[in-house]
Amino acid sequence: MENTTAEKFTAKELVTDQEVRWCPGCGDYSILKQAQTVIPELGIARENIVFISGIGCSSRFPYYMETFGMHSIHGRATAIASGLKATRPELSIWLVTGDGDGLSIGGNHTIHLLRRNFNLNVLLFNNEIYGLTKGQYSPTSEEGKVTKSTPMGSVDHPFNPIALCLGADATFVARSMDRDPKHLQAILKRANDHKGASFVEIYQNCNVFNDGAFEVFTEKSSKKKETLFMESGKPLVFGDNNELGIKLDGFTPVVVNLTEGASENDLWIHDDRDRVKAGILARFFDNPRAMSEHHLPRPFGVFYVEDRPVYEEKMIAQLESMTAKRGAGDLDALLRGRETWTIS
Amino acid sequence: MAESHEIPIFALQLRALFIMAQQQEVIDNVIIKFAGDSGDGMQLTGTQFTNTAAMLGNDLSTFPDFPAEIRAPQGTLAGVSGFQLHFGSVEIFTPGDFCDVLVAMNAAALKANLRNIRKGGTIIVNIDGFDAKNLRLAGYGDVNPLENGSVDNFNVVKMDVTKMTRAALDGSGLGVKEIDRAKNMFVLGYLYWMYNRSMDHTIKFIQEKFDKKPDIRDANLKVLSAGYNFGETREEATSRFSIGPAKIAPGTYRNMMGNQAVAIGLIAAAQKAGLQLFYGTYPITPASDILHELSRHKNFNVKTFQAEDEIAGICSAIGAAFGGALAVTGSSGPGIALKTEAMGLALMLELPLVIVNVQRGGPSTGLPTKTEQSDLLQAVYGRNGESPIPVIAAATPSDCFYMAYEACRLAIDFMTPVMLLTDGYIANGAEPWMFPKAADLPEIKVNFAKYVEGEKFLPYKRNEKLSRPWAIPGTKGLEHRIGGIEKQHETGNISYEAANHEFMVAMREDKVEKIADYIPEIKPEVGTDKGKLLVLGWGSTYGAIKSAVLQAREKGIDVTFAHIRYIRPFPKNLGEFLKNYDQVLIPEMNRGQLIKMIRDKYLIPAIALNKVQGLPFSAEEILSRIESLSK
Repeated sequence: MENTTAEKFTAKELVTDQEVRWCPGCGDYSILKQAQTVIPELGIARENIVFISGIGCSSRFPYYMETFGMHSIHGRATAIASGLKATRPELSIWLVTGDGDGLSIGGNHTIHLLRRNFNLNVLLFNNEIYGLTKGQYSPTSEEGKVTKSTPMGSVDHPFNPIALCLGADATFVARSMDRDPKHLQAILKRANDHKGASFVEIYQNCNVFNDGAFEVFTEKSSKKKETLFMESGKPLVFGDNNELGIKLDGFTPVVVNLTEGASENDLWIHDDRDRVKAGILARFFDNPRAMSEHHLPRPFGVFYVEDRPVYEEKMIAQLESMTAKRGAGDLDALLRGRETWTIS
Repeated sequence: MAESHEIPIFALQLRALFIMAQQQEVIDNVIIKFAGDSGDGMQLTGTQFTNTAAMLGNDLSTFPDFPAEIRAPQGTLAGVSGFQLHFGSVEIFTPGDFCDVLVAMNAAALKANLRNIRKGGTIIVNIDGFDAKNLRLAGYGDVNPLENGSVDNFNVVKMDVTKMTRAALDGSGLGVKEIDRAKNMFVLGYLYWMYNRSMDHTIKFIQEKFDKKPDIRDANLKVLSAGYNFGETREEATSRFSIGPAKIAPGTYRNMMGNQAVAIGLIAAAQKAGLQLFYGTYPITPASDILHELSRHKNFNVKTFQAEDEIAGICSAIGAAFGGALAVTGSSGPGIALKTEAMGLALMLELPLVIVNVQRGGPSTGLPTKTEQSDLLQAVYGRNGESPIPVIAAATPSDCFYMAYEACRLAIDFMTPVMLLTDGYIANGAEPWMFPKAADLPEIKVNFAKYVEGEKFLPYKRNEKLSRPWAIPGTKGLEHRIGGIEKQHETGNISYEAANHEFMVAMREDKVEKIADYIPEIKPEVGTDKGKLLVLGWGSTYGAIKSAVLQAREKGIDVTFAHIRYIRPFPKNLGEFLKNYDQVLIPEMNRGQLIKMIRDKYLIPAIALNKVQGLPFSAEEILSRIESLSK
């Protein structure tokens, strides 16, 4: 996939002649910009890049990327990408999906894609609402959410996308957001570098139907206190001056204040290869507005990475092994079969 | 050990030759049904007898009849597994209507098949399978049908198969379970005696199959000859029969099942087109054997993908098609229903894709192991929007090869999804097939689009077939986006423009209709270009209709048979052709689906003959309708 001899191209050359039709102010604009900024730096030939999407606001994405692309049907981009990757392993495939497309109607395919571990990138734009159908709650909307379809509040318990993907044995699980371009760019790069199915949840503001859903994580006044940027090998710290940290008390994460006697040596050092701890971090998921006693900041960055053989290579290995054993298929021998008889 | 049994068998064969010269009734065809419990090995017994018949030059047709449950309770009706074989020295078109010989390994097997035996036919029963327990499980209660007059109209041959098998293997050192597993060989040996067949083929088969288990191998060989000997030494007079080779076209043949033929047809098409084959699917009865067969041929660059569901099956195939593979998905009724949205996508994307529907009894879960032709209207019309997809149908097990090949050719030439209809009857049925040479198969040309310097690439620009270019990722300069939203003519860009939509809807339809210029015209299979009555068939009714029409013509009835393989579009001359007959009879295993399309398109008062029992037509049923229409 990495092709150092690939002809270079610029971010501008990734822009198509199609008018971008997202609502003004939509978080998707930033994600598109970051993708167009990062991708030319990856050393991939442009003709080898394919964007595949399903249905929803986010799924318009391929139309705005001057690469190969397919805007498919609701929830199925994952399955389409699986078939493409199985047959064309050299392609760099990017899946663009949303909380409805990837976790509701296409939830089944998402988990199976991850467990099979095709080498491709899944970008899930999570805006916690249905935008294209004009404002119904989504499987990531919080309980009690009042929308057009839930005038008395949603009674659905929401998905925790990171926990779901860890449960599906994804080999790369990360979270970023539309309003932190630098972080998003870095995560996109890492997702691409990972060999396997890379899942990136991107918090994306829908300024029309769910404005401010992630405000506490993005606004200057609250961002430092409410977000935890994870870096492997470094302690988990946050707060205005990184004065707060996370300590593990047994399996229970506890917030400690370094200015109030806690020592940096006691802090949890993030290890993105630790599956158990990734599971604990995924559960830093309480509603920041609820301000519960055990309130924890929301983690961003890479939760978990694992090296596991990728599906398409295992599939090809079987083809090669059978070919080595039996020789390349002989069509006449196949037509003839094992037993024949002759009528004269 | 191996040598010890070879001498007696050789001696046995000499003796058989001697007896054959002495007494034999020559007949031209026979229908045998092997029936027993799922664990009785009836499929193997039937297959062995079939292969021997084939080697001896008989024409034949077979049909296995599996229970729906994998391990249905032993001894019950639900657990009866059958295998029907029709072979002869004459041309054979179907597995046959009523059997001449029923092998019933237990009471349930008799009960399940009693009404399908010809009056005066032979029933070979294993009386060990008629004890109190088996009678009760079969629902006979305390009444033994062998003793209450139920089988008086038949020639009953009673055999203590279990007991004699055990006796033959006394001292073999094998356990009772293993010994009892060999009892199907006893029956097979007896039938070989009854029909004067050489056992060479089966002996070779047993020797190869149990190469590594000499005790099992020898046990099977011993029981096989015991069955043969039993025929000879049995005191009651049983007729022996001789069936000569059939006068079928000279050539080299193999046995072919429908699902296997589909798989091999797909591989052949991929090889001829120079493409990798991708089969994305989800297991479903009776289509799974296509997946099983394909997964065995990975050295033909075949990638099989058992997806998480039916939708992922077809969608993965669409992804593979986008990437330039020959992409196929296969299923049966309920699975096809799930795939319909994605079929619509494939037709909007205008990518080649083959969808195989091995039809079964419906609706919903319906009759999974039974056959039906009731998905025709779904295939032709069953999608949202104006969504034409070419539909073709295979007529016989070996025809599945050619129609699968044809589906691939059409899909690639016309950049379209193509639906291939088969059904449970031909999918599991088998017949001798004079297989072609790879070099003789028609060419399938693939022209992937290439970048032309200075020219703007138009992904929906059409050629003379109205087909668009196949522009695959990895081709420099052809970067483009496709999708399910209506697209602008030639550019493929999203377009909501009213006139463009109508234009594109018509364009997609015209493209499918254009296929009529590239497929064969219809002509009679049997009969004349003009006449009083035409029987028009499609799909698996081919054999029954052909047998019926041949029989009717022998009786002097003016009747012709024509068979439709291309359903959308119809052959170009079909309308004119139908007008050459006073009456048109359309037999279908549904409530009348092709007939709706024929009446709609050609405005003729065609006559329906429908059967929806999960069972194929018998030739007799069609013959009797031909006769009543000809009075």
